[in-house]
Amino acid sequence: MRKWLAEWPRVAAPLLVALLVLGGWEWAVRANNVPPYILPGPAAIGAALVRDWPLLWQSLLMTLQVTAMALVASAVLGLLLAIIFAQSKLIETALFPYAIILQVTPIVAIAPLIIIWVDQVWLALLLCAWIVAFFPVLSNTTLGLNSADPNLHDLFRLYGASRWQVLVRLRLPSALPLFLAGLRISGGLALIGAIVAEFVAGAGGAESGLAYRILEAGYQLQIPRMFAALALVSATGIAIFLALSLLSRWVLRGRD
Amino acid sequence: MAQSVLLSGVSKRYGNDPSGGTLALEGIDLAVEEGEFLSLLGPSGCGKSTLLRVIAGLIPASSGRVEVRAARHGETGFVFQDPTLMPWASAIGNVMLPLRLSGVPRREAEPRAAEALAQVGLSGSERARPRALSGGMRMRVSIARALVTRPRLLLLDEPFAALDEITRHRLNDDLLMLWEATRFTAILVTHSVFESVYLSSRVAVMAARPGRIAEELPVEAPLPRGAEYRTSTEYAALCRQASHALSRAMEAKAA
Repeated sequence: MRKWLAEWPRVAAPLLVALLVLGGWEWAVRANNVPPYILPGPAAIGAALVRDWPLLWQSLLMTLQVTAMALVASAVLGLLLAIIFAQSKLIETALFPYAIILQVTPIVAIAPLIIIWVDQVWLALLLCAWIVAFFPVLSNTTLGLNSADPNLHDLFRLYGASRWQVLVRLRLPSALPLFLAGLRISGGLALIGAIVAEFVAGAGGAESGLAYRILEAGYQLQIPRMFAALALVSATGIAIFLALSLLSRWVLRGRD
Repeated sequence: MAQSVLLSGVSKRYGNDPSGGTLALEGIDLAVEEGEFLSLLGPSGCGKSTLLRVIAGLIPASSGRVEVRAARHGETGFVFQDPTLMPWASAIGNVMLPLRLSGVPRREAEPRAAEALAQVGLSGSERARPRALSGGMRMRVSIARALVTRPRLLLLDEPFAALDEITRHRLNDDLLMLWEATRFTAILVTHSVFESVYLSSRVAVMAARPGRIAEELPVEAPLPRGAEYRTSTEYAALCRQASHALSRAMEAKAA
């Protein structure tokens, strides 16, 4: 109870801001008679969210699917690549620049190519989202694997530990906090990557994600629905971040 | 008695640029009897930790001969200045590590680790993570980990330097008790005159640049020693002697 009393401003303060902003927004739209195809008020957006929920929900699931797969692929491949990098300085020096090239090349620029080359749309989307998302896991985990306590390293050597034992019992556990921090960043990036790829692909039909709904609503001047889809994207991003933060806190409980 | 460690003409040079790099150790001759408790006393930077690592086989000597009769894995234990525990593992998980690394199955390693923890007075804290333990308790876990393989040689690199005086004295006594129980060979690196005289049967005083053994000082009183030894005139006299030896060693460095 006391804890709740101490913590409530952390929840209440941002909520209050949201209420004020949304209220001011609604008031401004009504007072100035702004037409909804220019700027809908929060009430209109809420109504669109409820009315178009079946359609938006379908699209949300699609986008979530690509995001989740990209995140899992980032975690697995980022980790594996980091382990390979950590095996020798030479491998790391040889390959790391290419990882950076992938990272710094704007995904908007390469997404059209990927969509031409890869026939299945979902695979192309996944690939785009993965390219955007994998780098933080890779760089953080590489750093983490090399950050093990040098004295512990000596201790492992003293007891004749094999390379495998050092990896599994020392380097991977040492890398875990940084891996999870990387994953938290990758979660948001996977969503951005998926959305960008959907924009570029512009694939319509039943199997289209939230980004396509935003495009489509824009063409049709269904601006409240556009905002509703946008709100869903934001909410998804926040939810992913919170979920990964909780996961990280749970996995690292009891550690320094 | 047989010799546990025998060093003759051991030197260690870091780097190999034309100027010759840094000479960390030069011409170290040292024989340690089995079951002896030796202290290496010296100012910081005199190469005493380097010497300990050479004996442990963690770094190679540049020249000279190093013979250690505890060369198999687990026959040498090492206690670092920091507890150096794995933060993700419980106390018992940390103590089990040397056994698990040499392939001892968990069900066998666990009771042995629990026994080692009991020896250092940590029964009941087996499941605690290092974070939940005090500095002194962490150091006890570290000592238990070094002793769990029943080593013939225990190397201690300023293990108590970061602890408060009271904890330090208690750990000194406990270490002597453990040493008496199994009579492993112990080599302790320290920069504390009092600690070196209290704990060991011989103090080797080191000088710096290059690191070398300047003087050796036997401490005759029988081990282990109780709290009353700390207040004896004999102890005070030996501390003064060791202190003078240390000053001489440090002046030699400046010359």
